[in-house]
Amino acid sequence: MEVVQMQRAWVEYTKSLFREFSYSFFGWMKGFLDAQFQQLQLLQDESNPDFVAEVVSLFFEDSERLLSDLTFALEQQSVDFKKVDAHVHQLKGSSSSIGAQRVKNDCIAFRSFCEEQNVEGCQRCLQQVKQDYSLVKSKLEALIRLEQQIVAAGGSIPMEELSF
Amino acid sequence: MASSSSSLPSMEFDIDEKPHVLAVDDSSIDRKVIERLLTNSTCRVTTAENGKRALEYLGLADGQHPNHGDLKVNMIITDYSMPGMTGYELLKRIKESPNMKEIPVVVVSSENIPTRINQCMEGGAQEFLLKPLQLSDAKKLRCHIKKLNN
Repeated sequence: MEVVQMQRAWVEYTKSLFREFSYSFFGWMKGFLDAQFQQLQLLQDESNPDFVAEVVSLFFEDSERLLSDLTFALEQQSVDFKKVDAHVHQLKGSSSSIGAQRVKNDCIAFRSFCEEQNVEGCQRCLQQVKQDYSLVKSKLEALIRLEQQIVAAGGSIPMEELSF
Repeated sequence: MASSSSSLPSMEFDIDEKPHVLAVDDSSIDRKVIERLLTNSTCRVTTAENGKRALEYLGLADGQHPNHGDLKVNMIITDYSMPGMTGYELLKRIKESPNMKEIPVVVVSSENIPTRINQCMEGGAQEFLLKPLQLSDAKKLRCHIKKLNN
């Protein structure tokens, strides 16, 4: 694929990630990634060409561990809401740091169910988080692969075209 | 308010003496982002994953003999919410130490809680920043870095 075509595809793809949608489980819908993701892209340069990929990989590791811990915690006979809240707080933090907006917002809702000590509400939230995490994960993986292809073909990533 | 300089740090430091920052955060992602943000501003960064490790690094842990002959730290940046010891508790320990109290400490948090912010500022923090950190925060951080007197 020609470098110029790939660059255009990348710009359109990332723009779509930021587009607002009109429905969701909680009544509003956000783009998958927010401006924080752009901040991370801006921190990447020739001397740190894998920065974004590395941060994303840490995010995947962290999230998968937390989602597994959350599943376990909510399966217990007597749910330890303090623990559940601590895990959600961590997940909210890391999704916020990477710009994974939907996951972050899901965590905010999740925390209020923890406060209410509402097991069913928490379990619904967990399902929502898992779904949105899985979606943002596959999009991020595709984005990084595309960026790597552009660089391998000798092109550079058009950061200036991304604006929100 | 610290004056901000838009020129390079070499103005205040020897060209080959990069400022050294200790960054404390329990999140591996945030440690990586802070490290990149600061090395992008030509700092040398050491990271610690919690308050206990940070104190050990500074030679301030219980039972340690303070021996700071070689240790040079120009700024400490710490997350507020950490397991075991909060960023505020770490701040207090640093400010209680005769050797380390002059080091500027910046506290960061994902939560915008005024009582928390006041507590940290009154505890001696240089500044309180909200997460997630952005490129524009790097400039603010640069202002707080202290030149060591020898």
